[in-house]
Amino acid sequence: MKPKPDAKASEIVNLNQLDSGFVSDVIRRSGVDINRCWHCQTCASGCPFVRAMDYPPNRVIRMVQLGLRKEALQSSGIWICVGCNTCSIQCPNSIDIPAVNDALRQMAMAEGMVVAEPNILNFHQAVLQSIQRHGRTHKLEVMMRYKLKKHDWFSDMALGMKMFAKRKLELLPSRSKNIAEIRRLFEEKSTA
Amino acid sequence: MKTENLIDLSYYPGCSLKTTSQENNASLISLFRYLGYNLIELEDWNCCGSSSAHSVDTGLAFDLASRNLALAPGERPLLVACPSCLLRLRSAYLHLAEDASARRHYEMMWRKPFNPKLQIIHFFEFLDQIDLLKYSRDGIRRLEGLKFVPYYGCMLARPPIMRHEKNYCGLMEKILSNLGASPGKWSFSSRCCGTFLTVARPEVVEPMVNEIIQGAINAGADCIITACAMCHMNLEARCSLKEKVPILHFSEIISLALGIGKSEYKGWFSRHLVDPRPLLKALNLL
Repeated sequence: MKPKPDAKASEIVNLNQLDSGFVSDVIRRSGVDINRCWHCQTCASGCPFVRAMDYPPNRVIRMVQLGLRKEALQSSGIWICVGCNTCSIQCPNSIDIPAVNDALRQMAMAEGMVVAEPNILNFHQAVLQSIQRHGRTHKLEVMMRYKLKKHDWFSDMALGMKMFAKRKLELLPSRSKNIAEIRRLFEEKSTA
Repeated sequence: MKTENLIDLSYYPGCSLKTTSQENNASLISLFRYLGYNLIELEDWNCCGSSSAHSVDTGLAFDLASRNLALAPGERPLLVACPSCLLRLRSAYLHLAEDASARRHYEMMWRKPFNPKLQIIHFFEFLDQIDLLKYSRDGIRRLEGLKFVPYYGCMLARPPIMRHEKNYCGLMEKILSNLGASPGKWSFSSRCCGTFLTVARPEVVEPMVNEIIQGAINAGADCIITACAMCHMNLEARCSLKEKVPILHFSEIISLALGIGKSEYKGWFSRHLVDPRPLLKALNLL
C-alpha cells in the first residue's frame, strides 16, 4: 500500500475517539498477541488475495491496535482471508493472522456490524446448514442454498452441469449416522 | 497384489474425498492396500470443522474436530488424506494436549477421556518412510518421460501452533523422480488455490488459477500433481485458458507408476474435468 502524501482531514485518526479496549478484546478472543506485530508488511506482500482486500492484514492489525473497532470489523480483508497461512509462516513474529481474522469475523457478527462480503458469509452459512443436517457437507445442497440466497441461478451453470455429468456433484449427501449428536453441537449457537 | 497380512489403519477421508473427489479416495485406498495397509473408514465421522466452521464459529469448529478424535479407536493411527482436515484435526489435538479446560469440555461432550497417544498421520508421512520403487512391478520406472510440476497449495504453510512439525516440501519431487518422472521448476508450488472463494468470489480465483496453470505450461510440464482434493477441484474448474493441463492426484500417479492394475483405475480418470487419458495413454501408463 502506498502511503498517502496528502491525507484528508477526514482520514486522520482522531485519538480522542478510539476504543482502547478493542485490542485486548481481540487478543483474548483470538488467543494471539497481535502486539508482537512490528508492521514489516511481510504478510501483506505474501498474501495471494491482498489485491481483493480493502486493507492488507497488517493494516487491519494496526487498526485494531489503534482501537478503530468499526473500521476493522467492517473491513473486507477479514472475510477475503481463506486461512491459507502464507502470511503466518512468513511472519517473523509467528503471529497467527488467520486466527486473528477468525476472531474479527466472529466479533463483527456478534456486534451486528455491516458485513463487507455478504456473499462469503452466505456461503459459510450454507455450508454450516449442510453440516447441521448431514454432519458432512453436501456440495449440491450448499450450492443450491447459496444461489437461492443470492438470487443467482445462472453463473457457473455450465460448470455445474459438467461436474454433474462427471458425477462430481451428487444428488444424495454422504451422512453421519448420529445426527442428533451433531445437532447438539449447533444448539445455542446463533451462527447457522 | 498383496492381500494377506494387511495392517489396519483408521482412515478419515473428509467431505471432498468422499464426494467430489472419489477418484482421489479410491486411488488412495487401493494404493495403501497394495502397499500392505487396510484403510478402515472412521465410523460415523463428521466434517473436520474446516474453512466455514472455523471462519464463523471457532468453538463449533473445535467440537466438530474433537468429535472425530473421540470416535477414533486408540489402538491404531488415524490416517488423514486432506491437508485441510489434517490441520483442523491436529490443531484440535494440540489444543487438547495443552489445555486442561479444553480436555474437561471434551470429556463432558464425549464421555470419554482425551487420548494423548492417538497418532494423526497424513499419508505423506507414510510414503516418506518407504522406497516405492521396490513396490513397482519388475522394478520398472514407469514414469520415465513424464514431466510434471508439484503443487502443494497451502499444505506446506501451517499455523504457528504446528510450526515445529515436519515439513514435506520436496516430497512429491523426491518420490516421483525415484519412479522415473522429472520435476519441472516453477514458482507456484505453494501458491494457494483460492479454496472457498471459488464459490463466492470466482472472479478473484480465476486469474490466480490461470496464473498457476500458465506457470505449469511455461515450465514445460505435461501435468500438475496435487496433494489436496480442493486444490485439484479449483485448478480444474477455474482455469479459463485455452490450453489446459491435466491435473492428477498424487495417489493416482503413484498407483500408475507402480502398475497397480487396470481394473483399479476404472472410473478414476473419467471423473476429471480435464481429461488426462490422452497423456497417460501416450506414456503407456493406461
